[in-house]
Amino acid sequence: MSLDSSPLAGRGGPAADLIISRVRALDPVAGIDGVYDLVVRGGRIEALAEPGSAADAAGSGGAAGRAGAADAAGSAATELIDGEGLTAFPGFFDPHVHLRTPGQEHKEDLQTGTRAAAAGGYCGVIAMANTSPPVSTPADIAALRERAATQASIPVGFLATATVGMAGEELTEMVALRQAGAIGFSDDGLPIRDAAIMRRVLQYQRMCGGNLALHEEEPALSADGVMHEGEVSAILGLAGIPAASERVQVERDIALAEFEGGRIHLQHLSCAESVAAVRAAKARIAAGETPEGFAVTAEATPHHLCLTDEAVRSLDPARFKMNPPLRSEADRQALLEGLRDGTVECVATDHAPHAPEDKQVPFEQAAMGVTGLEVAFAALHTELVLGGAIGLELLVDRLAGGAEPFGIARPSLAVGSEANVALCDLGMEWVPGAEGYESRSTNCWCDGRRLTGRPVVTLAAGRIAYRLRSFSVGAV
Amino acid sequence: MRHLLSIEELDRAAIEQILARAESFAEVGRRDIKKVPTLRGRTVISLFYEASTRTSASFDLAAKRLSADLVSMKAATSSVEKGESLLDTVATLSAYDPAAIVIRHPQAGAARIVAEHTPAAVVNAGDGKHEHPSQALLDVFALRRRLGALDGANIWIVGDVLHSRVARSNLLAFQRMGAAVTVCGPPTLIPRGIEASGCAVEYSLDRLGEADVIYTLRMQHERMRGAYVPSLAEYAEHFQISPRRLSARQLVMHPGPVNRGVELAGSVLDEERCLVTDQVAAGLVVRMAILYELLAGQDPTEAESGDSRAGGDDDASRAGGTALGVVGRSA
Repeated sequence: MSLDSSPLAGRGGPAADLIISRVRALDPVAGIDGVYDLVVRGGRIEALAEPGSAADAAGSGGAAGRAGAADAAGSAATELIDGEGLTAFPGFFDPHVHLRTPGQEHKEDLQTGTRAAAAGGYCGVIAMANTSPPVSTPADIAALRERAATQASIPVGFLATATVGMAGEELTEMVALRQAGAIGFSDDGLPIRDAAIMRRVLQYQRMCGGNLALHEEEPALSADGVMHEGEVSAILGLAGIPAASERVQVERDIALAEFEGGRIHLQHLSCAESVAAVRAAKARIAAGETPEGFAVTAEATPHHLCLTDEAVRSLDPARFKMNPPLRSEADRQALLEGLRDGTVECVATDHAPHAPEDKQVPFEQAAMGVTGLEVAFAALHTELVLGGAIGLELLVDRLAGGAEPFGIARPSLAVGSEANVALCDLGMEWVPGAEGYESRSTNCWCDGRRLTGRPVVTLAAGRIAYRLRSFSVGAV
Repeated sequence: MRHLLSIEELDRAAIEQILARAESFAEVGRRDIKKVPTLRGRTVISLFYEASTRTSASFDLAAKRLSADLVSMKAATSSVEKGESLLDTVATLSAYDPAAIVIRHPQAGAARIVAEHTPAAVVNAGDGKHEHPSQALLDVFALRRRLGALDGANIWIVGDVLHSRVARSNLLAFQRMGAAVTVCGPPTLIPRGIEASGCAVEYSLDRLGEADVIYTLRMQHERMRGAYVPSLAEYAEHFQISPRRLSARQLVMHPGPVNRGVELAGSVLDEERCLVTDQVAAGLVVRMAILYELLAGQDPTEAESGDSRAGGDDDASRAGGTALGVVGRSA
């Protein structure tokens, strides 16, 4: 995830030299699962050494004549982290966050947003373009990348809007945007209402590349809805957003992308029918029945994987109002099945910070969206892994799965890789919000919920991006 | 009971307790001097963000009959959107140290948010399309006076259930009191999934003969705009409650205001079977009972400590009878 000529931008800093001793390293894609001394040198993973060997060598000052990894590791500047009882994963990658910059820095900015991401074990994120004003010009992209280079704790990729001002009427200068460094395109927050405009975007994508991330709903069906349309909305008297609203748009856009040989990434799937549509599309691709270039990827959020519309009975908009809405248990199970079989290749938080005045109002009036970067791993570990729904290997795979759809190399623990590591204490119990948040906003869907497991150190792009304050480390 | 926010959170015993209290106020209402000193020196604020005639009038009168100091505020919804937030308004009003805030608001959950931000007892006088618990309680009160008990009664709620907070509160309250509830209307006006609350769903009046009680809902003219119904005439043709559809034993209720000739044939209103005026009369005594239970009724924690001290016999000595102590503990 090198920052040079990369679609990602970040602050950089001194390359890490450290040894995480006696740590369980788990990277299912690289086939790594064992206890090692994880040696990082010059920002790269230099060795997965015999547990104890590298740390001892470093401890003795790197005496001359020692062999192997220990020799390489010994250095006065090397930091030693006691990894006993901890687990190192490839850093997580979130293809869907709202950093609210420019225009709504009172909710989040590049500094607070990337610090929140680093605290969640993320080594990279992709920022949505529905800012105020939206990111629609090459100058917008250039300015954001420049700002990220001084402010972002971890690398950030910036999407540009697909249509000017997200109005859904005219295309943005997609080629120039790509040249300025846009990692892809999205009108996220809104669907592209007009099917003909969607088709033009897909046609233009052939010239400039870049994935097209789609927020799927049929606006006329969603209308004034504020939650999932079903048994709970019926009794609460809240206007519902039917599952069919998402499904019809997902099916439309799969059809259009297939017709044009386009590449689309379907954001925050929420209902069973959408998962089925994506699964069917992938089966057609696998069978070689589709045109060259056609590709579909999909994401699901931790809150849709853990909660249902039952949570809305509390009428608490800060934690439970978002779009797409929390849906039924059958939908949640379908998302889990999609996650297991790879129909949904990645978890994305849709981290959506909002100010208190946007949330401390009646449910119908409140802004849509919840924050999730700091809790995603902990929540999914607690609810799904400890809950028995999925294995740890699958979870860490899907948490890093958001990079490749946007042309970013998947974070890896393989020797020689750039150091992108989420070091986690799987047994640590904590309550989000109890000590505040790294994010500027507090509308976290896990606020007040007891979770088990927490990132304690994050390495991103070869640099130390985060350490939990209460977690002690010592220089050797 | 600290607040009255929804029927959803009331069990049958809590409903019975309020009804029993309302019976005792009905008795007071037959005296020459209809006022009791219970809430003397305490303040009740009624805060209406939506137009209302009978609900605001009967809450105001109920507070006065209980000798409370009343501040009655009508806020236009537009001022909410451009000005002070609901919570700022509530913080301001709370500075007057009200014992109770009665609130109507166009958005679901408004009363609950207010309750979380004021030390006063909060009464939900209608929040969006969510609930209207005092209406349901007065309806149960009026109907029980006519029927004796609701157990086993077959009640049909007919009309625009989708947009009706009255329908939601009533279908819960009627079921809690032992009745079987059917909601009936065109599919465009019946919320998907409503049967999960325990009611049956019908899309025509063909089986209306099974109903003991027919609760009609107001059909608003603006519903044609969202294409919910093609025309009011068409709606009336299929769903109007008229004498030709009714048998002698069936009772008819309506929360008001009635669109004569749309959901209800005008002539039905004048029949003995129609409980509309009973409902209005019940509104006053039930709302007195609600304020009394929240502000003067026994606090459940006190009831428990009272029991351990004195065997609970001071419960029974209170006006309104023995139900109070029993329900106070379970509420």
